[in-house]
Amino acid sequence: MAALTPPATGPSTPTPSPTAAPVRRRGRPRLWRGLVGLVAVVYFLGPMAASVLFTVDVPNEGFTLSSYSGIFGAEGFWSSLRLTLELAAATIAATMLLLVPALIAVRLTAPRLRVLVEVLCSLPLVVPAVALTAGISSVLRWGPDDFAGTPLFQTFNAIQNPGFPVVLLLAYVLMALPLAYRTLDAGLRALDLETLVEASRNCGAGWPRTVVHVVLPNLRGALLNTAFLTLALVLGEYTVASILGYQPFAVWIVSLGGSNAQVSVSVSVLSLVLTWVLLLLLAAAGRGRSQRTARPNRRAAAAPTDAALEKP
Amino acid sequence: MTTARAATPPPAAGPSPEGAGGGPAAASAPAPAPASPVRAGAVRRRPRAAGWLAVAPLIVFVAVVFGLPAFAIVTGAFKTAPGAPEGVHWTTGNVSQSVQGAYLTALWGSVKLSALTAALGVLLGLPLAHAVVTSRFRALREAVLAASGVLANFGGVPLAFAFVATLGNSGELTRGLDLTRHGWSLYSFSGLTVVYLYFLVPLMVLTITPALEGLRVQWREAAQNSGATTRQYWTHVALPILAPSLAGGFVLLFGSAFAAYATAAAIVGSSVPLITLQIANALSGNVLAGQGNVALALSLDMIVIAGLVMAVYLPLQRRSARWLR
Repeated sequence: MAALTPPATGPSTPTPSPTAAPVRRRGRPRLWRGLVGLVAVVYFLGPMAASVLFTVDVPNEGFTLSSYSGIFGAEGFWSSLRLTLELAAATIAATMLLLVPALIAVRLTAPRLRVLVEVLCSLPLVVPAVALTAGISSVLRWGPDDFAGTPLFQTFNAIQNPGFPVVLLLAYVLMALPLAYRTLDAGLRALDLETLVEASRNCGAGWPRTVVHVVLPNLRGALLNTAFLTLALVLGEYTVASILGYQPFAVWIVSLGGSNAQVSVSVSVLSLVLTWVLLLLLAAAGRGRSQRTARPNRRAAAAPTDAALEKP
Repeated sequence: MTTARAATPPPAAGPSPEGAGGGPAAASAPAPAPASPVRAGAVRRRPRAAGWLAVAPLIVFVAVVFGLPAFAIVTGAFKTAPGAPEGVHWTTGNVSQSVQGAYLTALWGSVKLSALTAALGVLLGLPLAHAVVTSRFRALREAVLAASGVLANFGGVPLAFAFVATLGNSGELTRGLDLTRHGWSLYSFSGLTVVYLYFLVPLMVLTITPALEGLRVQWREAAQNSGATTRQYWTHVALPILAPSLAGGFVLLFGSAFAAYATAAAIVGSSVPLITLQIANALSGNVLAGQGNVALALSLDMIVIAGLVMAVYLPLQRRSARWLR
């Protein structure tokens, strides 16, 4: 409906708008926008800046970087970091393996399953992490209570192995599902998947080859996004791990906070910086490709006037 | 990582050698019927089973990893604790206990905090998102949206420590401006509000941006040409269109604040009564032993509220999507 308006009003609107309207509109909003931006910058960058200041400006010692150098020597740093990174890698891999084939299949061959998949992936939103943890710990108690002596008991023990707690992996994959689903679904929506697959199949490629060499490269942006969001989720996850009694990175930071505030804040700063760097890398890697596929739609929606002005 | 595989040469489906998995392709190509609709049907038939096969792992995963804990919560909430003297039996005691006394206070505290932060998040997120969307600098816009993505997902521990370092008892701002004397405390309801907004406002920006991008410039021009002031444009055109998105954003923010645990746990310990903190306490037996089933009942309360939130949010989102085409 609205798309029809520009051609109709085209000849008449451009004449009044450059003269009357913009004069009235330009001045105030720009000031106001600047103010909003300023407040936002202060609020969002303030804590970061203060954290950095807090870590380098120790009350009785003056400027020092000792809290940063102290990180690597702190007890439990390497083990918790390794655990978190392993969990993150496994979570990303498992999420992709579960979702990518399912979503491609839903798009191509089983549109009826679409609602089911959407519901399945949205279910975790209804159960807050704390509640999920309560449920998980209650399930884990079934092991010794109800299954002692059966082979299932071994399974219960195996998934709680503190070296690599599979139970955390399962919980994280579940928690990552809603976001991962949305990201991947948006990526797939921007593709003309059916044509791509048909073309590839007509050239004689089998399904595995089509998926690996045609579909996935086109999904690169969405895959990277998903991987990044999942990584951020696992890096920052505290609830499930702390209540179940494991010590990945976030739990370790908190446990450190009691004894050494300076170091724990500096670790937080570092992990924030790490996340930002990853984000920048992601943005750089995703830009080249997504520009061609996703961008035009969004831009057309965002600035319909540009499109309208270009036409005549 | 999967991305490594994805980085292989671009698609183009160029001269792909027919080797590899030519099986299924060959099978579907010589479909018997010449008429095209029938052939389409034949092509479609084969992968339907494959479709189920591809979705099956997801179904099994959610059924086990989501289903078992959900089952445990629902049944456990209505059972006595395993170690109870008169044996395990069905009861509504846990649930009624979960909405009484300290637990009720915590539930109410969570609802209050979530409602307040969600409302503030909407009020502050809308102007920010509007400023960003209407900005002429595309780079700025993309940077803010990307940053919002990080901040919205980056609640939790680092955020808590950043605020402790800024506004905590010995934080930089607290010491610099001597805020403690003015009655400021981070470890309180208002302190948590300030912290929660840090991830709720970006979440609002992310949620509302598509709706704001859907506001056509023509609508504003039409309003202006009809003699409307900016204020009239907002109250009669833009806000009614945005209303479902705003309401949806509020609900989403509420749910997000309601479920937050890590930030609160890392900052206030348990000095502010929140339901998530109570569940964790009851689970770890910090307060009283044998409260595990009350924790399950509390979880059930939370799930009911979160379920209501989603039940309100999804139709709102669908309604707002109508304008965004």
